[in-house]
Amino acid sequence: MVEPANTVGVPMNPTPLLKDELDIVIPTIRNLDFLEMWRPFLQPYHLIIVQDGDPSKTIAVPEGFDYELYNRNDINRILGPKASCISFKDSACRCFGYMVSKKKYIFTIDDDCFVAKDPSGKAVNALEQHIKNLLCPSSPFFFNTLYDPYREGADFVRGYPFSLREGVSTAVSHGLWLNIPDYDAPTQLVKPKERNTRYVDAVLTIPKGTLFPMCGMNLAFDRELIGPAMYFGLMGDGQPIGRYDDMWAGWCVKVICDHLGLGVKTGLPYIYHSKASNPFVNLKKEYKGIFWQEDIIPFFQSAKLSKEAVTVQQCYIELSKMVKEKLSPIDPYFDKLADAMVTWIEAWDELNPATKA
Amino acid sequence: MSEINKNEVDIVIGALNADLTQFLNSWKPFFSGFHLIVVKDPELKQELNIPQGFDVDVYSKTDIDKVVGSSNSTMFSGYSCRYFGYLISKKKYIVSIDDDCVPAKDPKGFLVDAVSQHVNNLENPATPLFFNTLYDPYCEGADFVRGYPFSLRSGVPCAASCGLWLNLADLDAPTQALKTEQRNTSYVDAVMTVPLKAMLPISGINIAFNRELVGPALVPALRLAGEGKVRWETLEDVWCGMCLKHISDHLGYGVKTGLPYVWRNERGDAVESLRKKWEGMKLMEKSVPFFESLKLPETALKVEDCVIELAKAVKEQLGSEDPAFTQAADAMVKWIQLWNSVNSSG
Repeated sequence: MVEPANTVGVPMNPTPLLKDELDIVIPTIRNLDFLEMWRPFLQPYHLIIVQDGDPSKTIAVPEGFDYELYNRNDINRILGPKASCISFKDSACRCFGYMVSKKKYIFTIDDDCFVAKDPSGKAVNALEQHIKNLLCPSSPFFFNTLYDPYREGADFVRGYPFSLREGVSTAVSHGLWLNIPDYDAPTQLVKPKERNTRYVDAVLTIPKGTLFPMCGMNLAFDRELIGPAMYFGLMGDGQPIGRYDDMWAGWCVKVICDHLGLGVKTGLPYIYHSKASNPFVNLKKEYKGIFWQEDIIPFFQSAKLSKEAVTVQQCYIELSKMVKEKLSPIDPYFDKLADAMVTWIEAWDELNPATKA
Repeated sequence: MSEINKNEVDIVIGALNADLTQFLNSWKPFFSGFHLIVVKDPELKQELNIPQGFDVDVYSKTDIDKVVGSSNSTMFSGYSCRYFGYLISKKKYIVSIDDDCVPAKDPKGFLVDAVSQHVNNLENPATPLFFNTLYDPYCEGADFVRGYPFSLRSGVPCAASCGLWLNLADLDAPTQALKTEQRNTSYVDAVMTVPLKAMLPISGINIAFNRELVGPALVPALRLAGEGKVRWETLEDVWCGMCLKHISDHLGYGVKTGLPYVWRNERGDAVESLRKKWEGMKLMEKSVPFFESLKLPETALKVEDCVIELAKAVKEQLGSEDPAFTQAADAMVKWIQLWNSVNSSG
């Protein structure tokens, strides 16, 4: 059995890495009690809380955290008609936090994620590991069998081309979860008791041309490099689908990163995922996604962006056109989604004029 | 892990050291019950010393000459001697470990049964078409994650299992010479499939493969001009691996990497190896764009045909870059001829 770490007495780093260059985005509908446990690692950083659901409810933030909070009323006020692209009653709304942030890096975490223990029993500072991942190059063009070659104690193996050893910039750091694994509803129903107890001590770059399921529970990215592609889609209230927000973002992000020569890493850090959501509720949300995915995946696998698409925004707009053309026949939802993708970029550019192409 | 049928496995050891006593005795718990093929490096002068208690067939230069002809036995010198074992084996699975490696210990202190882990890897499907973030979805305690397409969950046949090394990792000479004290102490508890189209350096130090599926694709082809008797002075396995991965991708098979670990011991001197002209580096640089853009014809459906087509492309596109490539292409064609003649009699 695996347990979360007890962080009482864990000292805070006197010089936290990237303290003024990173925002922590947390979507929530209930409370932020979980932050108490993260205090030693996260308190130095600025939080952007995106409150989903009923805006009249007050979300209590533990003492000592520096934060800004946005509820639905704020989102509507700030974006006006463009607010239609931000999901309601779904954690997908978190991407609003990415948009309003003014920092270079984002770390996003779910409010049911606690601090994990490594095999020696030590509390894992997930943010610190994400930062290390983002600040170190990626190696997407050739797979290194010893995983991250830049880690202490590792290196490139014999045969690894020297011309590829400088690597490329890392855009995304995708962390994992101990205890409740990120399974879909059917798997949850078949294996309700399965817990992830395996601590795989590796960070690796996902090769160019390979897609993966990106989970938004424990994720960090370079907002300047890839931010506009981190749109979490139309989910939740009024939408035919849920629990595919991060997946959608992940597929778009990977295609664009591959096109622009950026790296995506997965592996460490682990967090401890405490809550298993209701599999029957999940099944209803995912149901359409399970079928649509079969067409969506080949779409992304064969998506080719033009040479002229050199900024993330340009790539994303191109992608939205392809979505409209190729996926709308599956369901009118994709037509709406393609439009929302464009709205998202327009809103992003409005709120972030400096990053415009 | 499930029960292995030991009759389906040959353990092939290339003997570059004459005295295999320590090596074989350290592996005894895990080699016991299996048939071993020991192939002596034709250039090794001393008699092999093999301890009692193993079901082993030993092949030396005379045997190699008899089967392939003395003009072809140079193909099997040095580390490439083990390919002779692959050639004459009649089994479904081959597990091959360098003779300077012993069983590793896992983090709990238990000795790792590398043979069982390799066979297990080979018997379970691979998943090259989509990356599973929880790594091997078929192992105990893991599964496919949310967002993994259902149509891809049955996987494809696994062609090869590439293991890793604790202590002395398979680093190249410049890296090891720079970091003389560096030892690999990181036990990464995962098996994963290397995705479709991703290239990787496959090390021959600790490898297993499905001989029935891809046997002919393990080609003893690329020889460095100054090839030596330490891994730092070879590239044959890396070239072989590039061919194997490309052919596996083409035929819809998977290649796994990760567990099992072996414990690799000190042999040779990285700095000494550096003194030799490091031509391997140049050859790798030329190989990468070649494999990246290579497309085998759709009509190549058998492994043997894939190797022949690959050899043709190597000769055409890389032949002018370096004579080593022309020789490799010729060796690949010769290898298929030998494979067909040895394995056709059934």
